Amino acid sequence: MNFAFTEEQIQLRDTLRRFLTQTYTLERRRAIARAGTGCDPAIWAQFAELGILGLAIPESLGGIGGSAFDSMVVMEELGRALVLEPYLSTALVGAGILVRAGSAPQRELLRAVAAGEIRLAFAHGERDSRWRLDAVATRAERRSDGWVLEGHKSMVADGAGAHYLVTSARTLSGISLFLLPGTSEGLTRSALATHDGSSVAEVALASVRVPEDALIGAEGSGLPLIEAASDAAIAGLCAEAVGAMDALLALTLEYVRNRRQFGVPVGSFQALQHRMADMLLHVELARSMSYLASARLTVSDANERRRAICAAKFLVGRSARLVGQEAVQLHGGMGVSDELAASHYFKRLTLINASFGDMDHHLARFGSLLAA
Amino acid sequence: MDLNFSAEEERFRSEVRAFVATQLPASIRAKVLGHKRLGREDFLAWVRILNTRGWVAPGWPRRFGGQEWDPVRELIFEEECALGGAPPVLSFGPRMVAPVIMRFGSPAQQQYFLPRILSGEHWWCQGYSEPGAGSDLASLKTRAERRGDHYVVNGQKTWTTLAQHANWIFCLVRTSSEGRPQSGISFLLIDMRSPGITVRPIVMLDGEHEINEVWFNEVEVPVANRVGEENQGWTYAKFLLGHERVSNATLGLSKRALRELKAIAAGTPAGDGRALIEVPHFRDRIAEAEIDLMALEILALRVIAMDREREAPGPEASLLKLRGSQIQQTLSELAMEALGPYAPLHQREALAADWTGPLAGPPAGIGITGRYFNHRKVSIYAGSNEIQRNIIAQHMLGLRQP
Repeated sequence: MNFAFTEEQIQLRDTLRRFLTQTYTLERRRAIARAGTGCDPAIWAQFAELGILGLAIPESLGGIGGSAFDSMVVMEELGRALVLEPYLSTALVGAGILVRAGSAPQRELLRAVAAGEIRLAFAHGERDSRWRLDAVATRAERRSDGWVLEGHKSMVADGAGAHYLVTSARTLSGISLFLLPGTSEGLTRSALATHDGSSVAEVALASVRVPEDALIGAEGSGLPLIEAASDAAIAGLCAEAVGAMDALLALTLEYVRNRRQFGVPVGSFQALQHRMADMLLHVELARSMSYLASARLTVSDANERRRAICAAKFLVGRSARLVGQEAVQLHGGMGVSDELAASHYFKRLTLINASFGDMDHHLARFGSLLAA
Repeated sequence: MDLNFSAEEERFRSEVRAFVATQLPASIRAKVLGHKRLGREDFLAWVRILNTRGWVAPGWPRRFGGQEWDPVRELIFEEECALGGAPPVLSFGPRMVAPVIMRFGSPAQQQYFLPRILSGEHWWCQGYSEPGAGSDLASLKTRAERRGDHYVVNGQKTWTTLAQHANWIFCLVRTSSEGRPQSGISFLLIDMRSPGITVRPIVMLDGEHEINEVWFNEVEVPVANRVGEENQGWTYAKFLLGHERVSNATLGLSKRALRELKAIAAGTPAGDGRALIEVPHFRDRIAEAEIDLMALEILALRVIAMDREREAPGPEASLLKLRGSQIQQTLSELAMEALGPYAPLHQREALAADWTGPLAGPPAGIGITGRYFNHRKVSIYAGSNEIQRNIIAQHMLGLRQP
């Protein structure tokens, strides 16, 4: 057993934290959210310079070839700074799929991803799928000169801004993945704002024609790739939530220490101290499960991996709800105002639950594995 | 013991239901049930309609234009209005400042203000909280200095709900710094058009403008607009808090939210061919919320029965506020969770009544997540749940603070 971070990880964390503390202020974040794209090109360029966009990409393709723990370190810092930029969809999900199964030309694109020139989106969820990974109604038909895709993808993170969409579709032999340029004819992307300030898109595919080599991996091999990508995303979201909870707990602590009522700091009231103690407990439980999720990402036993991922997403969701709601309550009226960072953390923590499966979803999945 | 409404009460319920169904304009009902943004005119239109029947403040004594309904009738009335999709009749006028004016105000104040509350001519807001005085309300600092037949008011109020629509504000102000903080407070009625008043919007976490800061800079208020005695305002404020009773349980709103939740869950695919309401775990959570609401309703009716037996209202209203706010929050959380992957969407433009553009998520999803965020306020305002627990501990259990 060893819970220590490596020197490189500590250095990565400190460098990133320093950069974000200086650059990613609440005001800067507000401006990015207002712009509606969810991605500030200058910030993205800095991410490339810091090397984090290539973290999950092998060195042979211009990346760093980092581990799941490296990604966890980064996601925790992005959560701590409430970063809106679509790091997860490009650097963990999209890049992860191409690293695992992309053809040689597709993998070559990863150089541009690491350099910050290309963003990838994961166009998988559909109107009625509610996080079920195998519920794909979008179809791809083979033609003599390639494929034709028809269907609809929903709530695609960075779906309007990304240069390529890693898109799932049903083919004769099952679920397959395709790499579609965002400029493909027949592709309509409508950007939509979310309550936490980021950008998602509804994506309509109307007879989108792509060449044969748009297929990622073998035909019908999509589902295991989708599952692995979803697991990586969940581990990343858990780490992001832990970073956000850490920051929110610190803000709340500062608030109850400074806010005076009845002649004393409200933090001197035992009832509130106990609630702060519970918040700390739940942050630490969440951190523990975030570690476990990243640790199990790479095990070969799919069941063991899934149990850890489901457990982590459930528990982190529960912690995030408690910490978020309590932080708002302890801030009183200030907690429901847009002015302080607290409400922004609360919103992000709430909506992480709605991404890649909520508490109910993962509790039920974990339960179904008990019997398996 | 009989836990049924009387035949007379049931008849009354039908009468109210029919009234709301026939008199509430469809456009307003659609806005309320569709979580669209309500404007000043929407609230006022309903007040004017209610006023044709004398139903703006039906709990008031007849001599002031009320119906002297008992609290059970008021509860039935509120519930039917909520279920029928009526905008709320805001408490600030009819339920907050009016009882204080009736009990402690001068005949001139009663004659001037009370009819204007019923007609909707006066929209009241509440000037209690300040940046430094929330739960510790008595530490308020807004000063009123006597100069001849005027007070000159300086200071700042905050979290003032819908002050942007109000033309009158009732304020607790400091008129003396002698003695205990509670003993130097007066209760003033202030015209919002007075020179020196500035209303600044506060954007809430759902992105909407519902609350405000209200600043007072050398605002002249006639002494005639003081209610009761100078430095006795705290007594009046406490009387007012005791007056907010069963409506704190927000039974009608929660019943409406429950009905809506069931409809959303029935119309939401669970991803495996079932509707969400058929998924046992989610259905159980709805069931639990409904059971909690049943218990709260009977508790509210018991509190009404207790009040009938005694002179002054007891502290049990705190139980209703505490549980009522929790149930409201649970129901809005479940509705958000029912939206699943669509919960994050924030289609602000769709909150406008005349919005006809494309909808990304399910139509029933408009405003649902915003309401979840917004509803965090209900355990904070009007005496936070921590304050309610203090009241319960001290006044129901007899426990003393260290």
